[in-house]
Formats: sequence, structure tokens, C-alpha cells
Amino acid sequence: MNTLADRAARWSQRTLVTLIYVFLWLPILVVAVVSIDTSTFLRFPPQGFSLDPYRTVFSTPEFMTGLVSSLIIAAFTTVITLAVAICASLAFTRQSFRGSGAAQAFLTSPLLVPNIVLGLALLLLFSPLALNDTYTGLVLAHVVLCLPYAIRTISVSLSTVDVSGEDAARVLGASPWVTFRRVTLPLIRPGVIAGAVLSFLVSFDEAVVSLFLAGYNITPLPVTLLDHLETQAGPEVAALSVLLILFSLLAVLAVERALGLGRSLRTRS
Amino acid sequence: MTRTWRPPVAWGLLVPGLAVLLFAYAAPMLWVLRMAFNRFIGGGGIEITFTVDSFADVFTDPYYLRVAWTTVKLGLLVSVVTVIVAYPLSLFLVRTTSRFRGLLTILAIAPMLVSSVARTYGWMVVLGNQGLLNSVLKGLGLTDTPVQLANQFSGVVIALVQIFLPYAVLAMTSGFGRLDDTLEQAAASLGAGRITRFLRVTLPLTLPGVLTGLLLVFVLSISAYVTPRLIGGGRVFVLASEIYDQATNQLNWPLAAALSLVLVVVFGVAVTVFGLLQRRVERWVSGR
Repeated sequence: MNTLADRAARWSQRTLVTLIYVFLWLPILVVAVVSIDTSTFLRFPPQGFSLDPYRTVFSTPEFMTGLVSSLIIAAFTTVITLAVAICASLAFTRQSFRGSGAAQAFLTSPLLVPNIVLGLALLLLFSPLALNDTYTGLVLAHVVLCLPYAIRTISVSLSTVDVSGEDAARVLGASPWVTFRRVTLPLIRPGVIAGAVLSFLVSFDEAVVSLFLAGYNITPLPVTLLDHLETQAGPEVAALSVLLILFSLLAVLAVERALGLGRSLRTRS
Repeated sequence: MTRTWRPPVAWGLLVPGLAVLLFAYAAPMLWVLRMAFNRFIGGGGIEITFTVDSFADVFTDPYYLRVAWTTVKLGLLVSVVTVIVAYPLSLFLVRTTSRFRGLLTILAIAPMLVSSVARTYGWMVVLGNQGLLNSVLKGLGLTDTPVQLANQFSGVVIALVQIFLPYAVLAMTSGFGRLDDTLEQAAASLGAGRITRFLRVTLPLTLPGVLTGLLLVFVLSISAYVTPRLIGGGRVFVLASEIYDQATNQLNWPLAAALSLVLVVVFGVAVTVFGLLQRRVERWVSGR
């Protein structure tokens, strides 16, 4: 019929969608451009080209101690989250019991609580217990934040794999542990990998809750970055941001390959 | 389902998870609730008692009322703008038959996992007085004096829209499941024009997804802390920044706790209102 109008509509839609993508990626690309600038304060376009900012990142002591703290916290958080999430997901997908829905809602509810409120809550309880500014306190807090993601990805995997292998193993006399270790775990590997990568990333990038629990002893990298941004937002901060962005994008690829990004992040399906 | 492998006791498997959450989530949240009714006695001292002083402070001081209003305004503005921007993108992603659909979906969602501190920094560069936007405007000769966007409410809105866009796209693309090409083709063959088709078929079918996106972004933006602090440059005060300031600088924990409860109540009201709206929309859509 009115092909000209159709074509106009299609092209205007394409332009609109392209503009939205530009808007979405603009701040991320701009950071990359600023990170190779020679000017020492915030301006655009860049004044010259240099890779010095990247060298500065690795020779700034606060960045390095922040990085080490964040890596330690993220590593412990990931391991504990996975163990806890695998147990809980097995209960939710392989057992029917009273209160299953309520327990599941409870374990995934931290996702709904504003981080600023959770951070305050943890500060108020953890400081009398001398748990703030300790690895124990930060890791516990991060496990709470990461559990919903890990339970989601592992449950998705558990409920989509074929259970006949597990049945066969049981019939042939394998103990529950052997069945889990030799049959279930290899099958749900994609969900476990996606859960691990997401947990590591959520913990590694967490700024708000950490801000409340950080102190003189432990300052995770996002908190250091936040402090730097307020005082001196030079190219070395951009370089550090670029490294964090690249790290996130690698994680995105890993999650996409393991389980699919949309499936992993959708909390209500 | 067939009989499956049964672990000994379901609740046994839940013990680690429940233990961690009771200690590092439920207990702290209840403790905040209790703290809001204690009395602040200056210099970080807190009297364990039962008083509504902190709430009285919040509701009588025009400053806190203004902060609460700024927070709600920010939430409403950011959620509406985000959903308007996310709508064409989500519609495109659901409908496209391009072989790059998978890649385009990842490109739309991936920024969600990029550190919000790093992305806020990007907006500081774009919106700053000597930033990208002002260089472009100056280069085009549109303005001589820099347009003030950083350190402003509007700058915070722009940055938050970009930061929450992937969340909205994720919520909306999964909510657009009922969208069916054949319905639109049927409407077209019955002589409905482009605009009628959109208003009478596409929009009603996508409305539930739009509402989910609105709620999600509203809830995320009223609790945003990093972006208002960095882009606001100490001039945009929201409940989140006030909570942090009272808790760590003034050491007025009861007031910080009371402000948190105000935030949680705003949150609860939003969830309830959207729940009711969602039900009405469902009835309206299925009633046609």
C-alpha cells in the first residue's frame, strides 16, 4: 500500500534506535577517550595522546590497596555465595516442602531493599559488634547482595536439566553426595559459572554498602574511586574506570556464553 | 515431573542461606527500625528509649520535607523519561528479525553491569562546563557561556536515565511477550491506520511491561546515592545522601534510621500503587 510512508516510518525508527544506543554508550566511550588524554583536569576534547594515565593507575598506592581489598572480598564472597546458593537452589528445585515459596522470596528479597538502607542497617548493627571495617563484615554484606543473582542462575539451570540422570544414579545405588558431585554438578555448570561471574562482579563493583562498612583498614576500589572523583577527576581516574569497564564487559561475555545474559538477570520470569 | 533425587531434608539445605540472611540482613533491618525510636543526645551519643523525636524532626523541618520531595520528584521524572526512552528500543528488540538481534540485546543490557561509579564519571565528562556537550554547543556557535548541567538536578536526571535504561529494557522486553504481529496485521487489514494501530493494539498490549519498567526505575532512582552525590556536586540533596551524611558525619543514627524508614515507606507506597494500576490495566487489556 503506502510503501513510502512505511519506509519513512522504518527509517525514523532506525534513527531513533541508533540515537538511543549512542546515548547508552556515550559516557562509557567518553571515559575511554579521556583516559588517553595528557591534560590533568576534566575537559573534552582531549589535549593530547598518552598512555601515562594507565601507568599512573598502577603506581598509585591507594588504587593498588583498593584493588587488593576488592579482589579478596570478591573472591571470598563468590565462593561462599556459590556454596550457599547451590544448597538453597537444590532445596527449591528438587524438593517440595511447605514454606518453599516464602523461603525463596526471603532469600531473593535483598534485591528489593535500597542499598543505601541496607548499608545503614549493616553499619548500625556491625559497628557495635566490631564487624565494620573487617573482611568478615564486608564479605557477609556482599554475600547478602549476591545471593539473589546466584540463586536465580543456578535455579534456572537446575530446573532445565534432565533429571533422569539423577534418577538413574540413585537407582544404581549412588549416595546423594556422589549423585550431586558426579551427575548434577556437571550438568548445572553453566548456571554455576554465570552465578560465580555475576557474584564476583556485583561484589567487585559494589560502592554504596561498602561505603558504610569501609574504614581505615579496608577501602574497596569503588569507594577509593568515588573519593577520587570528588577531589581530582584526572585522566588516571578515567584510566582506572576504563579498566573496570573492560573487566565488566569481559564478565558480560562470560555470562552470555554460559547461560545467556537476559536469562541470568531477569529476576521475575 | 518424575521422581527425582531427594536430598535428606530441604530445610537442612536452606540453613546456610537463612543463617547468613538472618544475621546480615533481617537483624540489621529490624535494628534500623528500632534505632529510629531512640534519642540522639549529641556527639554521637544515643539514648536507648522509645521516642518519636526523630520522626518529628523529619516531618517538621522544611529542609527534610524538601529533601523528601526532591527524592520523589527525581524518582518520578527519571522513571517516566527512562521508560519513554526505553520504549522504542524495547519494541525494536522484541520485533526485529535481524540476525544481530542477540548482539543488539547484549549491547542494550550490558551497561547495567558496568560500574555505576565509572558511568557517573563518564557523565561528569559529558556534562561538565568544559565537557563534551558544551564543546559541541560552542563549536556549533549555539552558545558562548557554558550550559550548566553538572551540579544540577537536570544533570542528575540525564545521568540516571542512562544508568537505569538497561533495567527498563530488561523489564520491558520480558513484559512485551503478549505482543503479536498477527494482531497488528489484522488491525491493518481491517483498515486501521498507523496511529490507530499503535494506540488500540500495540500500546495496550505493552502497557503491563511499561508499568513494570516504571516501578523498577522509580524504586531504583529514589534510592540512588552515587550519581546524585557526584553529578549533584553537593547541591542536589536526596534522602539517600541525607541518610549517609547523618549516619557517618553527624553520627545521628536515630535520624538516619528515621530517614531510611521514610524512604522505605515511599518505596512501599510506590509498589502498592503500581500493583493496583497493574491489576486495572490487566483487566482493561483482557476485557477488550
